[in-house]
Amino acid sequence: MSSFWSAWIIVLTLATLVALIWLLRWNMKNYTHIEEGQEMDHEFDGIVEINNPLPKWWTYLFWACFAWGFLYLALYPGLGNFQGLLGWKSSNQDVQSLEESRQAMEEAQEQGLIVEYDRAVRDAEEKYGPIFEAFAEQSIPELAKNEDALDVGQRLFLQNCAQCHGSNAMGGPGFPNLTDDDWLYGGEPHDIKTSLLQGRQGNMPAFGEQFTDQQITELANYVASLSGRNVDPKLAEAGKQNYAVCAACHGQDGKGNQQLGAPNLTDNVWLYGGSINKIEETLHYGRNGVMPAWKDILGEDKIHVVSAYIYSLSND
Amino acid sequence: MKHEFVEKHLGWLSVLMILAVSIGGIVQITPLLFQSQVQEPIKGLQPYTALELEGRDIYMREGCVQCHSQMIRPFRAETERYGHYSLAGEHVWEFPFLWGSKRTGPDLARVGGRYSDEWHYVHLMNPRNVVPESNMPAFPWLAENTLTGEDTAKKMQVMKQLGVPYTEEDIAGAKQAVQGKTEMEALIAYLQSLGTALSRADK
Repeated sequence: MSSFWSAWIIVLTLATLVALIWLLRWNMKNYTHIEEGQEMDHEFDGIVEINNPLPKWWTYLFWACFAWGFLYLALYPGLGNFQGLLGWKSSNQDVQSLEESRQAMEEAQEQGLIVEYDRAVRDAEEKYGPIFEAFAEQSIPELAKNEDALDVGQRLFLQNCAQCHGSNAMGGPGFPNLTDDDWLYGGEPHDIKTSLLQGRQGNMPAFGEQFTDQQITELANYVASLSGRNVDPKLAEAGKQNYAVCAACHGQDGKGNQQLGAPNLTDNVWLYGGSINKIEETLHYGRNGVMPAWKDILGEDKIHVVSAYIYSLSND
Repeated sequence: MKHEFVEKHLGWLSVLMILAVSIGGIVQITPLLFQSQVQEPIKGLQPYTALELEGRDIYMREGCVQCHSQMIRPFRAETERYGHYSLAGEHVWEFPFLWGSKRTGPDLARVGGRYSDEWHYVHLMNPRNVVPESNMPAFPWLAENTLTGEDTAKKMQVMKQLGVPYTEEDIAGAKQAVQGKTEMEALIAYLQSLGTALSRADK
């Protein structure tokens, strides 16, 4: 803050306090020349005004407020650039990025400043840090048997993941079910953790321009036949000829490819619906499933615990 | 001077009352208007694109601000849930700001990138399709209404006058960027931009 605005605040704040003290003293003085408790010659309709002093309890409270005000301004940042004798502030506002915010936190601690927010974070770190560290030392399959870790993991899941995957983790159209054994990007501990840390970007291209509606219907029927469904054999046979395009990602046998996140087409799990209509829609317009990256939001330790919770859902 | 004087001279009484009432604002608000902290954007801040700006108008029109704040306070309980607390420098190009004052739904200051576009679409069409416990209204008409982009350039022009650093190209391309897009797309683009400046600055 420039010294002008700092002075502006200091002068006006202190002047206001002084003016109020003057106002209080002025109003406590009896300048009417009428003794306290006597009538003041104001009479209206039988109602008279009596010269009563300000109530004592009220004036004492007023004085107490002044004392509080001056004490507060001395201890806490209130007067312009004066930081207060305690060196207290609520948070570091002069930061430009997350990195700078972390640095500001460290610097404030080195200088012995009390930053209320940082203090709360450090207290929590002291209390919960060791718990997460202990969790981090265990492997995900071990952790998946630890009731305490699962409680923490579930809480984090409900807070951050349930919006898409549902509070029972069973997903919905477009959002994978995490409780079955069908994994787009792999269900090994490492795979789950990678999905959480880095996110995933699914990309099923749209074939609406490459294929005619008839060809798409044929393909959809062939794809449905891969999981053993009863479909029109003629359509499916015709669709098989164009399947080579799909095989690039989903494999010749339709079993998918977890490197690419290409779903297995031979099981009966359908992320976007398994009706012929829905498969046609997927083929025509493509799909772009996105799993956001959580590394910056949750941090590695918490992700480790959430991974264990998710792992436990299909491995108990 | 006697108290009687103030009581009996209405003009003086008014002047002194106005002074007493405004002193707090003069001391607390006026200096803030001249603070670099509330005028200078943080490093990673980018002006809203034409589509995001239109989305922001839809956010205002549909009254999202009544139930969603965009202001994460510096309390650990909030930052654990929503991310780093909000900074003044993130909001310098907000006209008007949409901090809100009530959270029936969650804070949205850093909702950008948290969910996929697909999720936002499903959620806005009917929130209960993804969050069964939700009491948020559905906004299905957003997917049907198409933007013409007629006013977009004008809106950006006004924003520019207010200090948002739009270039001439931004404004010239505004109509084309918006035309034909649905209100849903615009709103989702806006939501996905929220609060991303702070982490962008590190990259």
